[in-house]
This record gives sequence, C-alpha cells and structure tokens, in this order.
Amino acid sequence: MQSVIVNNLSKSYGKKKEIKAVKEISFEVSKGELFGIIGPDGAGKTSLFRMLTTLLLPDAGNAAVDGSDVVKNYKDIRKKVGYMPGRFSLYQDLSVEENLNFFATIFNTTVQHNYDLIKDIYVQIEPFKTRKAGKLSGGMKQKLALSCALIHRPVVLFLDEPTTGVDAVSRKEFWEMLKHLKQQGITILVSTPYMDEAGLCDRIGLMQQGKILSVGTPAEITGAFKETILGVKSNNMYQLLKDLNANDEVEDAYSFGEYHHTVMKPNFNKETLQQYLEQKGNKELVIQNTQPTVEDSFMQLMKQ
Amino acid sequence: MATDYIITTEELTKRFNDFTAVDHISFYVNKGEIFGFLGANGAGKTTAMRMLCGLSLPTSGKATIAGFDVYKQTENIKRSIGYMSQKFSLYEDLTVRENIRFYGGIYGKSNAFIKEKTNWLLQQLNLQDEADKLVGSLPLGWKQKLAFSVAIFHEPQIVFLDEPTGGVDPVTRREFWNLIYEAAATGITVFVTTHYMDEAEYCNRVSIMVDGRIDALDTPVALKEKFNAATMDEVFLQLARKATRIDN
Repeated sequence: MQSVIVNNLSKSYGKKKEIKAVKEISFEVSKGELFGIIGPDGAGKTSLFRMLTTLLLPDAGNAAVDGSDVVKNYKDIRKKVGYMPGRFSLYQDLSVEENLNFFATIFNTTVQHNYDLIKDIYVQIEPFKTRKAGKLSGGMKQKLALSCALIHRPVVLFLDEPTTGVDAVSRKEFWEMLKHLKQQGITILVSTPYMDEAGLCDRIGLMQQGKILSVGTPAEITGAFKETILGVKSNNMYQLLKDLNANDEVEDAYSFGEYHHTVMKPNFNKETLQQYLEQKGNKELVIQNTQPTVEDSFMQLMKQ
Repeated sequence: MATDYIITTEELTKRFNDFTAVDHISFYVNKGEIFGFLGANGAGKTTAMRMLCGLSLPTSGKATIAGFDVYKQTENIKRSIGYMSQKFSLYEDLTVRENIRFYGGIYGKSNAFIKEKTNWLLQQLNLQDEADKLVGSLPLGWKQKLAFSVAIFHEPQIVFLDEPTGGVDPVTRREFWNLIYEAAATGITVFVTTHYMDEAEYCNRVSIMVDGRIDALDTPVALKEKFNAATMDEVFLQLARKATRIDN
C-alpha cells in the first residue's frame, strides 16, 4: 500500500501567483519507506511538506497521506502524521517535560502510553527535563522536537531539513535515530540539502526549482549517469580545473573533495588528456576512473 | 618568518564564568592561504572567530591579526578584515548597486574607488542587468556571491567566511568556491568554516576544534594520512567523537 501519493501537486505565491514554488509534482512513497527529498534552499521542499501536512492548500493537483485526501480529509491527516518543521517551533518557555506532555495531551494520549517509541531518543535529553526548551543546545532541541513529533505515534513522519546547520557527528546520530524509527514501521519523509545523506534513504526524489528532477533508489539514480567520470588531481587544483574545462574531450569538470570530477565526452582518450594536462604544466598528476554519486547526478540533471 | 603570518595566536583562551569556550589555542595562518576552521557545533569556533575579528576580548593568551593586537588594536583589525556569514549582511530592500555603495562608504572608500570597482564587480559577477534591482529579488546563489564580493570590496587582507555555502545547490556551491580561489590568488587570506567535509579538501590547511582545543591542524592530505582515513569526513568524525562536552 502507498503511504503517500502525490499527483500533479502545484503551489504558487504572490498577488498574481507569479512565484511558482511547487510545479506539478508527482511521486509515491510506500508504507514503511524512508524517503528523502533532496534539494537546495528554494527548491520547494517546505511548501511540499506543508501541503502534505495540511498546513497549506495546493493550487492544483491532489495528494493523499495514509489514504486520506490532504484537502477533504485534512482533520484525519492531522491526527495521524507527525511534523517537525525546519525552524524550532516548540514552546521556548516551557520545560522539556512540559513540551512533551503538552503535545501528548493535544493528541489525547500520554507520554507513558507511547514511551517505548521515543525512549531511545528521549533518554538522551531526560537529564535536562526541567530545563526550558529555549535554553537547550541545537542537538538537544532537535531531539526534543523529534520526541514531540512522535509522541502520538504517527503513521507518517515528516521531517523538514532536520540536519541543516548541524555538524557531521550530530547528523550521523540523527540518521541512526531515523533508522530505528523505520524499524518500528513508520513511514518517514525527510528533506535535506545535503547530497551525501541521499545514500541513507531507501528512495529519494531530487528537487530543484519546484520540480522533481528524478525519483528512485540512490543506486537507480546514479545508475542513470551514463558518461564516464574521471577523478583528476594535480599539484595546482585551481589551474587544473581551468585546464580541464578548456579541453574539448571534457563535457564538464568540477571540484569534488580531493579530486576534480571530470565528465568525459564519448570516445575520449585518457592518454591524450594526460598529455594535454602535462603540457599545461600540471605536476603530480593522478587520473582515475570514478563512480558517479548522487551529487554528480543532481548536477547533471540541473544543467539539462 | 613572523611577517609571513597573517594570523598568529598563542595560548588564546576565552572563559565565560567557569566554562572555557576556547582553551589555549596556538596556531598561525599564512598570508594568502585558504584556511579551513572546522569543529562540531559547540566546539568553540564562533567564540574563537569573534576574538580574531576583534569583536570579543580574550581572557588570556595572545593573538595578532594582520599585525594588529586583539586586545589593543581592535579597530585596526576591523578595517583589515572582511566578514561574511550564512545570514548575509546584505540589505534586501536596497539594490545591488546601493548595497555595494553602502559597504564601500562604511569602509571609507572614495567615490571614485567605489564607482570604478562597482562597475568591475558587476561585470565579474555578470550582474550588470540586475544592478538596479532589489537584492531581495535575487536568487539565493547570486546573493551569496554578491555577499562575498561585498565582504572583500574594501580589499581587506583577510576575509572570514562563516558557513558561507549552507543550503545552496551543488553547482552554485562550486561557483562560490571559484570566487574563493580567485580571491586567494590575489593575496587575500581566506579563513572559512563549513559543515561540508568535501569543502575541507579545498583548503590549503585545515584545523579541527574539539572541546575548545585545536586537536589537529595540517594539510588535508597529511591529516588523512595521519588518521588513516580515506576522506576528511572520516578524519572529522574520528576527532569530533572524542568530544566530551554534552552541548553538541
């Protein structure tokens, strides 16, 4: 059964609807899936999530969450989804414990009743349960917000950029928590601007300027990248990048960590490229075959 | 030689009551270098950066920025540096040209300088057609590039970039780094923090802060070798996991 069905969903803002935030998007998410919406700021991720959580009305198209229509049956959806917005939106002047109790009460349940679901996350902040939410560190706020979004045992969980601005260690920990929740059978939709988090999802949708560029498993998406990518490095990386982009056999070259990823045109010759780069004065040259990543795919789709 | 160092610190420390945010850090930054300043949230990066920018007095230790002392010459420091953070310092309700003019004026540049350099800059950024549009109407990536250009408009010796590329698309992120390379090539020292570990690879040298200390500082290649790691991401995780501060 599909947990989320999105069909030609659109949303525009402005007096003349001139700002098109979401443009005829369609995709489906299966029950129990961890689905990532990957895209930069301004791609339309938040507008999409707000429509799916019934906080914003679509202009056109339709969508259903757990079998309920986001417009007609919005009240049902609000009972069964959890939503963690990108901006911290708990009560800053209530304590950790009070926030959690408040959200449980609103949904007619108790913390005790669903404690097993949040236990792994909540124990980490329980030592600070009398502290005001506004006085927590970023990492602890995030854990409290997740606990509050889960306390009514939602069937679908929407997390809007939970890891933005968070350091690499806390990001890793957060994804571990999501893996645990997935094992409890909760469908999770998570948005992120970090391309390297794509690999942690079952399936992903790449989003840019209101459109979904591609949907699939991370392997399907990178598998659709047909051109050869060479990883190239030398003693002068900035000059090397200019030299690569000036070469006729190179489709595109861009920095990628230690190497420059160099997308080659068909029928290229590695030796010719090496000679060309040496002639240009590059030393300590390394040229090796490289597998495309989701970020490579994203950039290729963006430029099409 | 000390004259080749644009930043020097010696046992630089900042305490807030009984909490030591920055704990005796000693390092130097070469002139014209791209220096990556990494650390987990709460490791003390922002506090250290505020001291280096002359915005916060150290509790103890020494530091010089462009030859100026962080205790006594903070105004000279502010004139010698540029600063850009993820929350841009641009005025959304001013045009592109007005923003540039405003920053040039703040740093006491002459009208002739501002006029000439504005034209050059608009051409460099390919923003000639947008010069008289409000900054608020520009796409995020353009704002970011403009914010960087404005931060180095007064030709500072050092520019501090605090997570400059957060949230932008991968193509724009790389265009932004090209601007950084170009600035460094003209001799401007770049001091940059980021959460993208692939960007750590683009720096000449990288320092990693853990619990207020600098636990590692070297070129990306040397750090990966030392920590027996394939990527800077692994190096970072190995170090940051040792942190004992709960506030992360």
